[in-house]
Amino acid sequence: MILQRFLIRLITMAITLLGVSVVVFVIIRVAPGDPIAMMLPPGATDADIARLRALYGLDRSIVEQYFIWLSGVVQGNFGTSISLRQDVMSLVLSRLPATLELSIFALLIALIIGGPLAIVGAREQGTAVEAGIDVANGAALSIPDFLWGLALILLFGVLWPVFHISGRVSPRMDLPFVTQFYLFESIFRLRFDLTRDLIGHMFMPALALALPLAAIISQLLKISLKEVMTLDYVTLARVKGFSETKVILREALKNAALPTLTLIGVQFTFLIGGTVIIERLFSYEGLGNMAIDAVINRDLPLIQGIVLVFALIFVLINLAVDMMYALLNPRLRHG
Amino acid sequence: MVDARALPRRRFDARLMLAGGWLLVVLLAAIFAPLVAPHDPLAQDLMLERLPPFWLPGSEPGYWLGTDSLGRDLLSRLIFGARIALIVAFVAALAACIVGSTLGLVAGYFGGWPDRIISRIVDIWMAFPPVLFAILLVAVFGTGLMSVIIAIAVIDWTRFCRVIRAEAMSQARMDYVENARIAGFGRLRIMVSEVLPNVLPSIVALLSLEMGIAVIVEAILSFVNLSISSDAPTWGGIIAEGRLSIHQAWWVLVFPLIALFLTVLSFSQFGEGLKSRFDPVLR
Amino acid sequence: MSACLDISNLSATLPSGQRVLRSVSLTVQPGEVRALVGESGAGKSMIGKAVLGVLPPSVRIVEGAIRLEGTDLGALSAKERRRLIGAKAALIPQDPLTALNPSRRVGPQMTDRLVHILGWAADKADRRVRQLLDEVHIREPDRVMKAYPHELSGGMRQRVLIAAAFASEPRLIVADEPTTALDVTVQKQILRLIAQLQQEHGTAILFVTHDLGVVAKVSQKVTVLYAGKVVEEADTPALFANPQHAYTRALMAATPKYTDPQASLKPVDESVLAGLAAEIAVADHDWRPHG
Ligand SMILES: Nc1ncnc2c1ncn2[C@@H]1O[C@H](COP(=O)(O)OP(=O)(O)O)[C@@H](O)[C@H]1O
Ligand SMILES: [Mg+2]
Repeated sequence: MILQRFLIRLITMAITLLGVSVVVFVIIRVAPGDPIAMMLPPGATDADIARLRALYGLDRSIVEQYFIWLSGVVQGNFGTSISLRQDVMSLVLSRLPATLELSIFALLIALIIGGPLAIVGAREQGTAVEAGIDVANGAALSIPDFLWGLALILLFGVLWPVFHISGRVSPRMDLPFVTQFYLFESIFRLRFDLTRDLIGHMFMPALALALPLAAIISQLLKISLKEVMTLDYVTLARVKGFSETKVILREALKNAALPTLTLIGVQFTFLIGGTVIIERLFSYEGLGNMAIDAVINRDLPLIQGIVLVFALIFVLINLAVDMMYALLNPRLRHG
Repeated sequence: MVDARALPRRRFDARLMLAGGWLLVVLLAAIFAPLVAPHDPLAQDLMLERLPPFWLPGSEPGYWLGTDSLGRDLLSRLIFGARIALIVAFVAALAACIVGSTLGLVAGYFGGWPDRIISRIVDIWMAFPPVLFAILLVAVFGTGLMSVIIAIAVIDWTRFCRVIRAEAMSQARMDYVENARIAGFGRLRIMVSEVLPNVLPSIVALLSLEMGIAVIVEAILSFVNLSISSDAPTWGGIIAEGRLSIHQAWWVLVFPLIALFLTVLSFSQFGEGLKSRFDPVLR
Repeated sequence: MSACLDISNLSATLPSGQRVLRSVSLTVQPGEVRALVGESGAGKSMIGKAVLGVLPPSVRIVEGAIRLEGTDLGALSAKERRRLIGAKAALIPQDPLTALNPSRRVGPQMTDRLVHILGWAADKADRRVRQLLDEVHIREPDRVMKAYPHELSGGMRQRVLIAAAFASEPRLIVADEPTTALDVTVQKQILRLIAQLQQEHGTAILFVTHDLGVVAKVSQKVTVLYAGKVVEEADTPALFANPQHAYTRALMAATPKYTDPQASLKPVDESVLAGLAAEIAVADHDWRPHG
């Protein structure tokens, strides 16, 4: 049953990705302005332009271009960036780790803030504590990451400058890394001085991304916990003599987390979508920042590659959440 | 139970008043911008660059919130920025609402293949990072007010579609819909006369929420210099400028940020407040 | 010797000020089964929850005391109360479908009180639970203890819950309509099982039910509750032979054959209810909580 579910998801996933590639291709090709003319000096001859157009395959029909590009993509070849004159795939791979580290770090922060708040709120049902948590959640939810980012820059960049508000790592650091996963690698190599510097840079953008998600986690999990806590098996656990905190942690949390989990999956994709502007805001050298440059430079192959990679990440997260749900739910696991 | 219900009602009203009050201030400032703005928002004066707000030493009378690095009056720029913010908010949100709600109603109420097609398109849309999508669209259409509005509508119709589809789906299973069918009404007519009124509170709340989101997206687009022409006074443009001169003139970042915070918060709270007012179940 | 459970003059209110329990007094002696009978909504479960310290937060005890083996629950801190109830009392719940955690295996749910609250060694707890599973006629303890709740039938789950309740040798069990949610065919077996275990272990039970047929089968003493108020209490045989209160008689008349649990209840005679309502209105008017 799980396998069947998995296969169906894989097929819809493929359709979605195909759809994304078509949409992005169409949008880019209707764009006025010739990217080739932009990359050559003003004195370039028509022949030069034509030669470059042929080089980038821009002299063929849209449909032809699409299928040439698609067959390349299937083989892992996303083409060559027009503005950076490098292989798109390797450009994307050089920036993706930074974005993934930022997103996962933000997710952790959101869980660390949101989870305990939900548990405290459920424990203190009907008190001023719960009301306070509700108000904080409401505010954090309606303010998007962009504004949180700006507020954090003001607070911790200017007023009380304890964190870096620009870049991924201090320029004077010499980096011994062989991968682009700086944070993981610094921990792995026990270079905690670097870990500290990296987190000092990452914390502000990650917090900006995390706050709305933390509010959602806290809110959904609290509602779900309160619902579960009216069920008989929770009452039974209380009668057995377990303390309220134990009752929540042992009996209620897992069952309440299950419905929350699926919703967090979608929200996590929103968070990753938010990295685009947050990376820009904090001059963090990730995929999103590169994407904005690519758009401004009309770098078609690079835009296509980046958008597709984001789409791939999104559908993979949804797939993972779906599978996790199936695995954690005993009813589905044994059904 | 009895007094538990009375409590939030009063709170809803307070937040409806506060949120509506701020939105009214922004609206009036936008409409009467030429009358209330103390200066020309575009007038540069290099003698007056980076003046601090009025309560700080070194401020000039008449420049209440100070000036930016080109000596332009911040308050006037904010007031004229409200115009662009609100135009984008109303038009883009309304366009997204009409497209998204219609498709959502059709998908949710009719089900079957219309639902399958619409849901698939929504899935594809959801796989785009929205900010990147918006930036891409504006880059393609060319900068300008119209492009910004189209970009926001093209991206955010899915927000309406998803919610309204789910609600229309549960409405479609209700007895009164069945009764209307038995009474001989056509499907389209039932959709409009029976289902639509019941999902309307959600549409209104979403619409208000979306206006706040549109304001933010416009600010983001101005921030990456892709919205309106680059020296037009937009909140996002002022923020971009403020971000650059943050260590020399923090006020250039603080005031537009406060304006955005309040406006976005007000739109979402206003929507929630309206929804709980109009929701027949809660009422 | 003090009573196993002694409720005296207990009143509880909702936030609106409405009383759900009206000066309730009842006792359960060691080893005795007391039935608590009344129509749905009478407040029977409320009394059970008050005894076990799991009242909903909206319900407030405004007067009276509950003593468990002589200890006044109201005088304890929340934590002490939890511990005491965990050690001395147990619950057989109404709905076996929702009374087991769907995401935990059955075995640990049965042993966790023994291990974590009573401090038993894990293997001792395991042996104890197996013994109880045998007493409730479950022949494959391994399979059942490894199973998730949804893999067991309703009757099977109720046996598990009964075994778990008796496993810690509580002094008092609150059984809240333990057969109501079950198939009619299973109901009789479960009743017999509870009666049998009660006798073997000598546990006192507060047996909540709306069914006079069940009362006749399981209990030695009865308390009749109406709208949160005790209207009659007696030895079970005496009650059936000679009901004193008009409401009790009406309740009996409404049960076509009270030895037959399958028969459906008819509505209680309205004139009796009107009389009771008037009586309660007067009592409420005069009532002031003291303490
Ligand atoms: N969580 C609750 N909050 C407020 N009132 C409740 C709650 N649960 C039950 N009640 C009310 O308390 C009264 C007694 O309920 P209950 O003890 O469950 O009745 P019984 O078990 O005799 O059927 C009923 O009138 C019911 O409406
Ligand atoms: Mg009950």
